[in-house]
Amino acid sequence: MSEATHDKGENGRTAHIPAPMSLLAELTHRCPLSCPYCSNPVELERKAQELSTDDWLRVLEEAADMGVLQVHFSGGEPMARPDLYTLIAHAHKLNLYTNLITSGVLITPQTMKRLDENGLDHVQLSFQDTDGPEADRLSDFPQVQPRKLEAARLITQAGIPLTLNFVLQKANISRIPDMFALARQLDAQRVEMAHTQYYGWALKNRAALLPSRTQLEEASRYVAAEEAKGGLAIDYVTPDYYAERPKPCMGGWGQRFLNISPSGYVLPCHAAETISSLKFDNVRDHSLSHVWYHSQAFMLFRGTDWMPEPCASCARKEIDWGGCRCQALALTGDATQTDPVCSLSPHRHLIDEAIAEAERAETQTFLYRRMGSHP
Amino acid sequence: MPSQMPHLMLNENDCPGFSRGYRLQHDRVREQWVIQAPERALLADPIAVAILQELDGRTPIGTVIDRLAERYEAPRDQIATDVLALLSDLTEKRILRL
Repeated sequence: MSEATHDKGENGRTAHIPAPMSLLAELTHRCPLSCPYCSNPVELERKAQELSTDDWLRVLEEAADMGVLQVHFSGGEPMARPDLYTLIAHAHKLNLYTNLITSGVLITPQTMKRLDENGLDHVQLSFQDTDGPEADRLSDFPQVQPRKLEAARLITQAGIPLTLNFVLQKANISRIPDMFALARQLDAQRVEMAHTQYYGWALKNRAALLPSRTQLEEASRYVAAEEAKGGLAIDYVTPDYYAERPKPCMGGWGQRFLNISPSGYVLPCHAAETISSLKFDNVRDHSLSHVWYHSQAFMLFRGTDWMPEPCASCARKEIDWGGCRCQALALTGDATQTDPVCSLSPHRHLIDEAIAEAERAETQTFLYRRMGSHP
Repeated sequence: MPSQMPHLMLNENDCPGFSRGYRLQHDRVREQWVIQAPERALLADPIAVAILQELDGRTPIGTVIDRLAERYEAPRDQIATDVLALLSDLTEKRILRL
């Protein structure tokens, strides 16, 4: 069976624009952890700016009507929102597949029972490491590992399928075999081995996080060995810095995925707000459908018309979609450039220099993710 | 249909149903059927849809085969081979459970 893909647009009126498949609902930026590779923006949104429960209920209805099949409740820590259970129940009633992306530290027998009773379909539980002190160091949260292990136990006890997500960086690659062993021990169905992607907080901490090419090869060997054993679904997210061609970010800008920030901005990806020249629309002002099919921010990099060379004449332009716009901006200063990861990019030297810098770096000091802590 | 025989083979007395976190769902916007699964949706072909719609965790596979053979006026042994292969494969992948 193949992965479902988009085909038809909105009633043929905009047939070239596919309907979205997946919604990442970032309910809050609040989180008890302070991981230095957090995918949230460096400018974190505060509680007072967050959407109301009614706003989210309406957004879920609009998403289901547009063709979204799966909603991923994320954050920050989505369990910091007391209305999470109401939102899960509503999404469930709308036949949306509900996924909770959580650190697990707020999962207790009581909260687990409420997640279960409201129809949660799946949990993705994040881990920093298998080593307790290292997990504490990365999350800046004391004794984080025992809480995550207890959360995993409660999730599988409830019978809800579990995915473990490990964020890979230079200090934990040697423990990948232990991570797989933990996934099997906890009876997880899937495990995501995700190399850190360097945006926002991770970009600030890049020299302390980016593995060497030798480490990357080590990681890939561990993953291949585990895949050969079978019985565990493995999703391996490679680090694009070591690739020849860029990743097709989000499957293409505005092609299948949308993200809503805690305060209601509709984004093609979770890092898109770094492109400050773009104006993003808010669900407080517009319907989700209007934003997806008509907003300037979604139209600008959708498809291939915007592409410069070497993308414009490249045979892979509808495979890579020019790579990541946010990475192009963060590293070249111009969001319309070819992703500098591509070996054909005139800016590839920026990536090679970053790799060399990380190999030289002795520092393991992090800038932790906190509200208002960015320099 | 799976190209390889699964390791786990169900028989006609088994009563599979969807595991928690998996379900067959009609995608009304794209007019297709999908199996909703953790962090992905799998496209279900019309034969798979006809089989999976019969499952409820209580009905034996033999009964499902009888119904499909009658509905599609097809040889029972051919239907049985296809149904057992599909359901065994999906059970091995934990999409279905007994």
